[in-house]
Amino acid sequence: MSGHPGAETAAPPRMPPAGRRGTVIVTTVSSDAHTWNLVYLQLLIQELGYHVVNLGPCVPDDLLVAECGRHAPQMVVVSSVNGHGYQEGLRLVGRLRSEPGLAAVPVVIGGKLGIQGGESERHVADLLDAGFDAVFEERAGGMVSFLNFVASIPRGAARELR
Amino acid sequence: MSFGEFVRRNRERGVLVVQPRMGFSDPRVMRAGLVATRDARATTVGTLTLDSYTRVGDHGSAARALRDGVALNGYPIVAHPPDTTRRMLGGVRSDAFPVQVRHGSPRPLDIFAAMAAAGLGDTEGGPVSYCLPYGRAPLDESVANWRASCRLLLESAVEPHLETFGGCMMGQLCPPSQLVAISALEGLFFRQQGVRSISVSYAQQTNPAQDREAVHALRGLCARLLPDVDWHVVVYTYMGMYPRTAGGALGLLTGAATLALSTGAERLIVKTVAESQRIPTIAENVAALEHAAGVPAGAAPEPAAAAGGEVYQEAYAMVEAVLNCDADVGNALVQAFKRGLLDIPYCVHPDNAGRARSYITADGRLRWADTGSLPLAGGGGAARRGGLTSAEFMSALTYVQNRYDTEAMAARSSAALPYVFPGRII
Repeated sequence: MSGHPGAETAAPPRMPPAGRRGTVIVTTVSSDAHTWNLVYLQLLIQELGYHVVNLGPCVPDDLLVAECGRHAPQMVVVSSVNGHGYQEGLRLVGRLRSEPGLAAVPVVIGGKLGIQGGESERHVADLLDAGFDAVFEERAGGMVSFLNFVASIPRGAARELR
Repeated sequence: MSFGEFVRRNRERGVLVVQPRMGFSDPRVMRAGLVATRDARATTVGTLTLDSYTRVGDHGSAARALRDGVALNGYPIVAHPPDTTRRMLGGVRSDAFPVQVRHGSPRPLDIFAAMAAAGLGDTEGGPVSYCLPYGRAPLDESVANWRASCRLLLESAVEPHLETFGGCMMGQLCPPSQLVAISALEGLFFRQQGVRSISVSYAQQTNPAQDREAVHALRGLCARLLPDVDWHVVVYTYMGMYPRTAGGALGLLTGAATLALSTGAERLIVKTVAESQRIPTIAENVAALEHAAGVPAGAAPEPAAAAGGEVYQEAYAMVEAVLNCDADVGNALVQAFKRGLLDIPYCVHPDNAGRARSYITADGRLRWADTGSLPLAGGGGAARRGGLTSAEFMSALTYVQNRYDTEAMAARSSAALPYVFPGRII
């Protein structure tokens, strides 16, 4: 990947006490070009007191691994809405979990994960089995469960949640 | 007959050409989609929307998915052999039914080569619009890629047609003047590369009157900037968060068709009732094409507003500032972004200054909250400096969705119910 190693995005001006709870990486799968979801999650998670590194669109697996090494995040949030989230999420989380330092970091995925909408329970189970700590499908209540999940992340140190 | 000529002939007949966004990985399904588009009760051109793996150049993953029978979100034109694409198009694409490739890639060389091998020469994009919002490639690299890609297209196709995607830029929350400026500048970039048949896009935003002003401004600018090429205007139905009710989705599509008809735009790209949830089916696309084609033309297109409008003035100032950076439009665009003379609100690309911010006024107009270093005097409106909270941001993102869904619900018809997935792809 030439030129632009996952630069941090400009932080919006009205930020709450910056990063007192540590760093969260907001990212997407390597083929997903959407960013509104990422910008929204950045604002939301900042308001919860975290410093957010938003990796932007089409994040290669290697770049995410490198950024995790650089920032030692409290959590990795993968958001995908192009329909490839299921296929690519399986690969991506396998890659993350194979890294010695990333076996226990909470990693969650959410959005529109398949091309048909409303993915099956089997798909969710597959993603959990592959190593995600939680899967948030786009539906009523998805955001509330995400917020509850973030609230459950302990301060200071990541732990195995499953 | 070329793509440009097809659209021109229909303009002379006073007919709006309508087009879907449609792509399937299985060539049989893709062909069925094109046949259904051609046979719809509308004057149509066909679309091959490419899948996300192909857009980012990951042709290995696309090929693997084809081998494993995993459906992709579009047609992988590079992973399919050229003969497969030729056979898929055989007897469907014709003088009376042009087919355009829509892709979204800042590195389109492989795609253009695959198009050439399959005999296709009509496509879209642009060095800015397919780089900043969606990719990680640096802007100067994207400009170089697009120069090379234009060369390849001109060498390999008889009368290629290129459409700017610059009238979209993130789909929402970019004030119309900047959409107009970037669309016109990308048209000028294509012209400088030698392309002689061009369309300039504009994506429907938040306020119908402001949108009409923007399309007229785009026309006015292009009349000055593109005097010696064949060009037309293509309107995109709203590209931001889409209404979730069938009634809301159709209301927004009607608004886009009305925008095209009232401004004399020649072509319209539709969206479907399924847009907010997933990739639409063929039947949903056909229904959208027929709905748009059925919107009454009303009065004759209104005359273009005088060049004094706010959208035109702002767009003109931006175009002028960019063109003053360098005689080469590609270089000028790179410099302009570096200096913040163009600046896309909420775009996280490292080559975007990221200082400009927009907001939606009480009457639904998109305006500048912060003009950053944009060459605009007076900030273009009441400055509303400071960032948004996540809740304010979400309410701006869902402004159009909520407005049209609310109208549909107020109509108290079954169309107000959330659209239900019919459970099949074709």
